[in-house]
Amino acid sequence: MKFTLSWLKDYLDTSATLEQIVDGLVGVGLEVEQVEDKTKLLAPFKVAYVIEAVKHPNADKLRLCKVETDTGIYQVVCGAPNARSGMKGIMALPGAFIPGTGIALEKGVIRGQESQGMLCSERELLISQEHDGIIDLAGDWPIGTSAVKALRLDDPMIYVKVTANRPDALGIYGIARDLAAKGLGKLKPLNAKPVAGTFDSPIKVSLDFEDTKPCPLFVGRYFKGVKNRPSPEWLQRRLKAIGLRPISTLVDITNYITFAYGRPLHVFDADKVKGNIRARMARDGEEVAALDGKTYKLTAEMTVIADDKSAEGVAGIIGGEHSGCAETTTNVFLEAAYFDPLRTAATGRKLGIISDARYRFERGVDPAFTQTGAEIATQMILELCGGAASHLVIAGKAPLKPRTYTLRATRVKTLAGLDLPLAEQRRILLDLGFGVKETPAGLECAPPSWRPDVHDETDLVEEVCRIHGLDNIPFVAMERSHPIATPVLSPLQKRMLASRRSLAARGFNEAVTWSFIPESHAKLFGGGQAELKLANAISSELTDMRPSLLPNLIAAAGRNMKRGFADLSICEVGHVYAGDRPQDETLRAAGVRRGNVVTRNWLGSTRVVDAFDAKADALAVLEAAGAATASLQVVAGAPAWYHPGRSGTIQMGPQNKLAHFGEIHPRVLAAMDVKGPLVAFEVVLNAIPVPKAKNATRAALNASDLLPVSRDFAFVIDDGVEADKLIKAAKGADKGLISDAVVFDVFKLEGAKKSYAIEVTLQPRDKTLTDEEIEAVSQKIIAAVQKATGAVLRS
Amino acid sequence: MSLEQEILQQVASASDEAALEALRVATLGKKGSISEQMKSLGAMGPEERKTAGAALNVLKDKVTEAIAARKAVLQEAQLELRLASEKIDVTLPARAEPRGTVHPVSQVWEEVVQIFGDLGFAVAEGPHIEDDFHNFTALNIPPEHPARQEHDTFYFSEKPDGSRMVLRTHTSPVQIRTMLTQKPPIRIIAPGRTFRNDSDMTHTPMFNQIEGLVIDETTHMGHLKWILAEFCKSFFEVDDVKMRFRASHFPFTEPSMEVDINCSWEGGQVKIGQGSSWLEILGSGMVHPNVIKAGGLDPDKYQGYAFGMGLDRIAMLKYGIPDLRAFFEADLRWLRHYGFKALNVPTLPGGLS
Repeated sequence: MKFTLSWLKDYLDTSATLEQIVDGLVGVGLEVEQVEDKTKLLAPFKVAYVIEAVKHPNADKLRLCKVETDTGIYQVVCGAPNARSGMKGIMALPGAFIPGTGIALEKGVIRGQESQGMLCSERELLISQEHDGIIDLAGDWPIGTSAVKALRLDDPMIYVKVTANRPDALGIYGIARDLAAKGLGKLKPLNAKPVAGTFDSPIKVSLDFEDTKPCPLFVGRYFKGVKNRPSPEWLQRRLKAIGLRPISTLVDITNYITFAYGRPLHVFDADKVKGNIRARMARDGEEVAALDGKTYKLTAEMTVIADDKSAEGVAGIIGGEHSGCAETTTNVFLEAAYFDPLRTAATGRKLGIISDARYRFERGVDPAFTQTGAEIATQMILELCGGAASHLVIAGKAPLKPRTYTLRATRVKTLAGLDLPLAEQRRILLDLGFGVKETPAGLECAPPSWRPDVHDETDLVEEVCRIHGLDNIPFVAMERSHPIATPVLSPLQKRMLASRRSLAARGFNEAVTWSFIPESHAKLFGGGQAELKLANAISSELTDMRPSLLPNLIAAAGRNMKRGFADLSICEVGHVYAGDRPQDETLRAAGVRRGNVVTRNWLGSTRVVDAFDAKADALAVLEAAGAATASLQVVAGAPAWYHPGRSGTIQMGPQNKLAHFGEIHPRVLAAMDVKGPLVAFEVVLNAIPVPKAKNATRAALNASDLLPVSRDFAFVIDDGVEADKLIKAAKGADKGLISDAVVFDVFKLEGAKKSYAIEVTLQPRDKTLTDEEIEAVSQKIIAAVQKATGAVLRS
Repeated sequence: MSLEQEILQQVASASDEAALEALRVATLGKKGSISEQMKSLGAMGPEERKTAGAALNVLKDKVTEAIAARKAVLQEAQLELRLASEKIDVTLPARAEPRGTVHPVSQVWEEVVQIFGDLGFAVAEGPHIEDDFHNFTALNIPPEHPARQEHDTFYFSEKPDGSRMVLRTHTSPVQIRTMLTQKPPIRIIAPGRTFRNDSDMTHTPMFNQIEGLVIDETTHMGHLKWILAEFCKSFFEVDDVKMRFRASHFPFTEPSMEVDINCSWEGGQVKIGQGSSWLEILGSGMVHPNVIKAGGLDPDKYQGYAFGMGLDRIAMLKYGIPDLRAFFEADLRWLRHYGFKALNVPTLPGGLS
């Protein structure tokens, strides 16, 4: 919503400065987006008189001008073809900052002639793009008059962002009312004396509905013998200042009243209207050729304004081209109607028409102002276009909904924390146009017809606070919930933090990536279900909710490789979606690694990452997230996007899979155009059972002072036997004595066999073990392993 | 030259430990020169034996001592030699270790939780795929409300019953979920992902918001202003920040206000709490009675405030990160530059940055 300061002052009697007005607007909730004040910018520029302009002695296209200013006479070299003796222009002297060029003017010598100043073009002053010549000032402005005054640019433009609940502020008069209530002046009374008509309108109006909700009131008036010339300069200037293009007096008047009072109007060329005018529902498929030059196809739930023959406009949105006013118009029919906000909004949306009328009707114009608007327009038409006005023709009545709410005397204090005398609360509400009656309970308030947004007591509290100023509400400290803070995080939130930081500690760079991914990626990772597809995706790359964190991380690895990162590890801790119910969202921690474990270095201590790095990552996350990792099972195989032979699943039994890890399937990498090999893991943080409530006390340490003994065994087993089985058998051979068993050497043998060497640690508890005892345990171990796996001791 | 002088001279000139050992054997060994002389004592008379014996013992001690001293010197020289030969170039790079980082949004998540957690705010969450009720209707945005159009909502396909799920356009649905499951007094923050169908220089289709909600019987706007002021000072780590409270409009709060803080833009870097420019950082207000009702609570009894701000945005402001879009591009150069060290956990006693 744009307006100028002088226009505002038509309705607000104020001595406030522009700055005070801007602060006031911001305070009452009319956010100022922009103030365009040329006064400061153009301060150095003044009216000057060109005494003579002659040809430059050394240049054909330049002129040598003698220019009189309020500080003396200067010589100016000028290239403008329109520079001539006897003209008045706008002069800048050395030192002046030229807005259009962005640099300060300096004295210069051009082709041997000194130039002591500059005669400016409109472009140089940022008034327009005009640069073919210098400003040739009309009017008898005395030398030394400021340029803003002579060019009529001394009226600052203010652009406010009006929130959707405030249709009353879509008229300058409504803005003036807020400022007056704020104490920044006095609201001037409306000048809307009814004009007595001199004849009956030959065009009648009617509401052709079963239920008139779409258009409960239609006010019309016929004018004859008008002259529709270009509108006067003051009117054009105001419209231009707020970015509107002047068209003709009649159209400019309707635009003027739209902005001045938030009251859209329409004018028909009465001679092009067939018969009478009515508001009615459109017929399905009915077409309207609108003022914007386009033809719109309507549907049955839209409202139109029509004559006997056809629809002549979409109600509250746009007029029809056929019956629009032109310079030749001599008889006019004025329309002031009230249209249902919701229907107007829906129609405007469907047709994709944005107009000043729609903007106001869909937010709710003041229904009580319908006739007032017509009267103000009548005054202006008669004054600016001449002619004679008919009596008003009126169909229906204003849909007023009188209502009252009680503002309890203490409510502003208890809800807003503002201790404001009731009299001042009353004063504010009165100034805003509320009907206010003091009762024992507080203030009984009737919202004015222009405030459709006020629905309850809290709205009244809001009105009082916003006018009094939210800045004036004192700060009040909240009480602490506990003297010393107590924990607030849930187990899952703690897992999220712990897994993230443990991954960063392991060298991962944490990323945050889109929750939606391309359909092709979703399908590669088990997603792509219909219920997880966006109906209005922003691009074909962001269509499906991600079923896994991996596709984005793999794609990110690919992008980073293309930037020259050969060794990388990227992780994410975030949500993935298995369906559209809340319980289908799980929090996961995932990572991908590629290249060397660490970058190539002089120690030569690096190697290419493999599935066991990913396994270590997964276990580290599980550990950090509080899972009892010692009791987890690791089994071969993972979802289809992993290498079938180089991937595994970490589970608490087949029903509760906590994580998977391994190399990514080469086919998946190829489909995503990422060069592998690449290893990855993904942990489902939700799947980890919440540990039983534990107390902080640890079990007593049971450490033996006796030195542990270790023995190595090398077994030959079939290729298919898993290390886990072997270790379990070895550990189980004597649970009291064996404290650990680890694989320390693995190699392949001929004939589908392999060798696994293990180191078993024996922890004596009561006494040092004798050689015989150690030998006995060793035999038990060999026997147990043999029984479980068919392994034989390597000779 | 006496025997003593001769031996001591030999000890002093022994060039290595082997020579010294040979000398020890030659003097103190079973058949060494001193041992031999000891043997001759038996043939002497008592007086003579006493004198000679004492002298021999003194000699033996002197030689033993001299050999030990020489040995220590030789060992020391040996060690020096070895150490000199073992010199390394300490300016070679240390053993390579990968350096991980935590994303700025994650870091700021923890910072915000530190501040509000101290005041007893729990961290609440809700699903990203929301239903119409929680995202709109319960928040006082009925189906025909114009605000719905302003939300740039991502929709899923219509279900057979005509309903359709949305990607939550704000974290405010968590207000409803919290009220429906908890009894007042309620103090929560709800950080998380939100989605709008909007993309340009300053908007991304996904971004992170943080919601705050307090519901009890007495909390008012003075408390809201206080917590926002305290939060800004604590989060931006400044002693003072000027704030401007502007009336505004949100369907789910009333009265509503937007909050600006002062900042300067000198040298292209934003500095919070300095300068005279205003920067909008959040929207807030008293929870609308209709929202309290939708949360299953009695608006005549309960009241409170809510606020919402951009988590990415406050991260950008605090850490001088220029471009929102880069947050979600997983560019390693960016992650490493703007990320935080693994052990850099923000705490109130230790500082938030």
